[in-house]
Amino acid sequence: MSYSPFLWELEVVGGVPSVVHTPLMSGANAIHGVVIIGAIIVMLNAEDTNILALSLGFVAVLLGTLNVVGGFVVTDRMLEMFSKKKK
Amino acid sequence: MENKYILDLLYLIASVTFVIGLKMMGNPKTARNGNLYAAAGMGVAIFGTIFCHDNEVSAIIYTLIFAALVIGTIIGWMTAKKVQMTKMPELVSLFNGMGGACAALISLIEFEHAVAGNKGIGVMLAIVLGLMIGSISFSGSIIAFLKLNGTLAKAIRLPSYNMLNNAFLLALFAMCAFMVFGTGASTMALYTLFAMSLIYGVLFVIPIGGADMPVVISLLNSFTGLAAATGGFLYGNQAMLTGGILVGSAGTILTLAMCKAMNRPLSNVIFGAFGESSGTESAGSSTMKGSIKDITTSDLAVLMNYSKKVIIVPGYGLAVAQAQHIIHELEMILEERGVEVKYAIHPVAGRMPGHMNVLLAESNVDYGKLCEMEEVNPEFTTTDVVLVVGANDVVNPAAKHDKASPIYGMPILDVENATNIIVNKRSMNAGYAGIENELFYNPKTSMLFGDAKKALTALVTELKSMA
Repeated sequence: MSYSPFLWELEVVGGVPSVVHTPLMSGANAIHGVVIIGAIIVMLNAEDTNILALSLGFVAVLLGTLNVVGGFVVTDRMLEMFSKKKK
Repeated sequence: MENKYILDLLYLIASVTFVIGLKMMGNPKTARNGNLYAAAGMGVAIFGTIFCHDNEVSAIIYTLIFAALVIGTIIGWMTAKKVQMTKMPELVSLFNGMGGACAALISLIEFEHAVAGNKGIGVMLAIVLGLMIGSISFSGSIIAFLKLNGTLAKAIRLPSYNMLNNAFLLALFAMCAFMVFGTGASTMALYTLFAMSLIYGVLFVIPIGGADMPVVISLLNSFTGLAAATGGFLYGNQAMLTGGILVGSAGTILTLAMCKAMNRPLSNVIFGAFGESSGTESAGSSTMKGSIKDITTSDLAVLMNYSKKVIIVPGYGLAVAQAQHIIHELEMILEERGVEVKYAIHPVAGRMPGHMNVLLAESNVDYGKLCEMEEVNPEFTTTDVVLVVGANDVVNPAAKHDKASPIYGMPILDVENATNIIVNKRSMNAGYAGIENELFYNPKTSMLFGDAKKALTALVTELKSMA
């Protein structure tokens, strides 16, 4: 990958109207739910017998899912209200 | 081996959707699709991770993963669908905390492997930082959540909390360094760091006033992004790295943008001008002169009925009272009678920037009527009636002239310039920032006490009967 996420980001959020700050924060919140991938990797690599790792991993996947699903759905609900008005 | 290439490709796709999705979310027109793109990319990354790998995985583990995914999806979906629009900010905070906790748990588990495998400084650093940042984000978000939903209404300040917090933070870093570079990489040290980070998250957020919570949530949001990025570093995972860094930097920029809207440096929010309340109170109360007068619903109805131009200033009180629909009804009745009605939206009105826009959009208020501060401020001089509903600090003139005021320097809505100012409030209590408001003592101001929804409903009924 050759792009720098930092530069992109300046582009992405700079000059955004404050109207969309809340949805944007919420959307970003959903995206960092990507941490769930780490939790899944932990589970995939865990030994069948390692109860501690499995239970912690289970909770981690659960929390990650909450972050991802809840985050995207809430954002969608906020944005739905904007698009309703556009017609 | 082939799986790895497919997975890399899937991660690349996911990374691109994150970047494009977030970019599209910056524009109200494309925002919704942007969110869906990012969500789709997330799905690709998650299922790619589950199915494209090379090691043998037992059925039990698959079952556990899917069980967690299904339970999480159901709970997350239901919560997000059911929650009232007014509760949105605290929900975002809660979900943010979940992400932070997830990152912290990963670090807890990976630590054993790293110690056993003697993986070196880089890996250990990623683990320790992921644990620290994730835990701070988790406990901080939970406190922010409790503050926003009113469970923890008052800012709690330990004596000389700034010193204490900074000392604690230094201790945290020392602990990290001890574990990474020194000989301290024991399970005991790991859990100590975990506990200390959780405590720091609480200490960090608890002294900060409720009015600054949006900034804090945005900041914690970027923390969780960083925690996810450390996980990406740990696994050499493209999707986690991009997603994490993206949110880390977007969150930081968004945080700074919010601070700018309040005209206060970030350090001021964190280390708290709101903290020096002893000086504030005396400065505030000494300037409070004159008397408060209130207005009856029927007088207000007459006043508004014969006005040319009315500007509504909505605040959090409107959200709490669920008065967004009735205010729209008021607006429509007035428009029918030939009154020009606009909404003046302060950048930090409500609990988050854009919070009021979302709420009013929910009750079908025309987008074009929502005016931003810079655009609407010159118009107050030609306004007959300003109706302030549940807003306080964003219309406090102390921000302009009272150097001792904690909100000094914050741009405000110039409602003073209007001919009549009507303030709807439940009581004379100070606003969320805990500051007195001299606007209420202005001779042009009349108070309409009562719950926003009830008061506005009465007003609408009164107006209807005047037809």
